[in-house]
Amino acid sequence: MRRVAVIGVGQSTFVRSYPGSIRELAFEAYRDAMKDANLKPNQIDASVVCSAPEYDKQRTPAGLMAEYLGLNPQPTFYVESVCSSSSSGLRTAYALIASGLHDVVMVLGFQKMSEITSAESQERMGRGADIQWEAPFGTMMPAYYAMYARGHFEKYGTTEEDLALIRVKSSTYGVINDRAVFRKALQLEKIMEPKYIATPLKVFDCCANADGSSCVVLAAEEKAKDLVAKPVRIAGLGMATAPINMAARQTFSGLTCAQLAAKQAYEMAGITAADVDVAEVHDCFTIAEMMAYEDLGFAKPGEGPLLIRNKETYKEGKIPVNVDGGLLSKGHPIGATGGSQIRTIVLQLRGEAGEMQVPGAKIGLVHNIGGVGIYGNVSIFSAV
Amino acid sequence: MGFEQFGIVSFTSATKAEQFVEFLKSNELRGTVCLDCGAKFFPPRTDCCYCLSDRMDWFTISGEGRLVSFTTAMFAPAGFEKDVPYTLGVAEFADGTKVFGRVDRSIPQEQIKVGMAMKTRAVDLGEGRLTYELVAA
Ligand SMILES: [Zn+2]
Repeated sequence: MRRVAVIGVGQSTFVRSYPGSIRELAFEAYRDAMKDANLKPNQIDASVVCSAPEYDKQRTPAGLMAEYLGLNPQPTFYVESVCSSSSSGLRTAYALIASGLHDVVMVLGFQKMSEITSAESQERMGRGADIQWEAPFGTMMPAYYAMYARGHFEKYGTTEEDLALIRVKSSTYGVINDRAVFRKALQLEKIMEPKYIATPLKVFDCCANADGSSCVVLAAEEKAKDLVAKPVRIAGLGMATAPINMAARQTFSGLTCAQLAAKQAYEMAGITAADVDVAEVHDCFTIAEMMAYEDLGFAKPGEGPLLIRNKETYKEGKIPVNVDGGLLSKGHPIGATGGSQIRTIVLQLRGEAGEMQVPGAKIGLVHNIGGVGIYGNVSIFSAV
Repeated sequence: MGFEQFGIVSFTSATKAEQFVEFLKSNELRGTVCLDCGAKFFPPRTDCCYCLSDRMDWFTISGEGRLVSFTTAMFAPAGFEKDVPYTLGVAEFADGTKVFGRVDRSIPQEQIKVGMAMKTRAVDLGEGRLTYELVAA
């Protein structure tokens, strides 16, 4: 198989309500990535379009996007794994290039969540679980992740304050990320106010819905070197799944899909967790980042709280995590999230992350989860 | 009438497992067991993913389970707003079967603990609708 590299990244500013249509929202990330890669539309051999359905009325969005972005008559199609859609898109695009079928493939992620109300959005997300046996009870994402939080608390003695410390860190970096939706610094006392969404998760344990788009352009590495000065290699990819139904879950203290995906990605890249210089993890809720520390091997099971208490996941720490503010501060426009995480890591490995830069970062990791641990994607990138 | 009777809001009109609702009418919570390989399933399914058989029988969830995890939702998705707050939980029974559902709202919140003994109970929601919940054993 051929090696594959990232040659361009882009994202829109994530906002609560984007004053335009999905095609215009998508174009913002596309323009950003195409300028980054210095490419013309006819140099894109195929596109993979990613979002979660039912937030807007458009059916078969790949066809719409290909037209609006100027990518006809090249192939395009839609890839979906809810919140990890654009990481699944990356995996698909990687295969298209590694196989030799195409040389340059674009992954576009978008979501305009503000087309519907917050309660409708919770209902959509709740239906991203088992609609036959669970949704009839009134399920929603915060409630599902809250059951994992309770599981982690019971098994390891983790506290609400440990989770709050993750939000403190997130807000520290949200302040310096001009593409983030939430840019206010938050103090621990504010986060600890007992405004519960689903116990033990409180309002600041949860990320905000947002409108946004992301775009990642990949190329065969041998071509990438002719196209851009600093291609970033895709060194390892892992993806695993777990039962959609909670009754079939083995544990409520970690996500098995993430554990398996991480193992695959580390093996493919020939590295261990200790080699990772900077990571983006799927912190749709604070508990999700806590479990990611352990599922990715940054901490032993149950020792995630020590990492955050000791500030080891800050920029100056042993393993910087979500130093762009993560989903908690950037916002979580479902289909665009993975591409935004990938963009952050690519900028880090090119030394272009500005105030967020982790000095000398050579290996970066993206952990992107779909649903409540239904889909786990872990991708490892390295400076070439 | 079939499976659209199940739950507070139903999102599925028909399933080959709809006899599940009939059992709820007699206060029985049932899963399925594969007649060919013995695999047990809850929620019930009519196809065995281990041996591919479609020969299933029903078994009753009985005895005491233990609460594995739970949460009390203070906000609700569209269609469930009037129920807030409500508690969702997972209980594990002696044979390893896990059951996800609402927790009896008459249990004071501070008394709900991981590890507490639970059993299941069918609930008549009125207007022909049925569900089940986890209650203190
Ligand atoms: Zn069987």
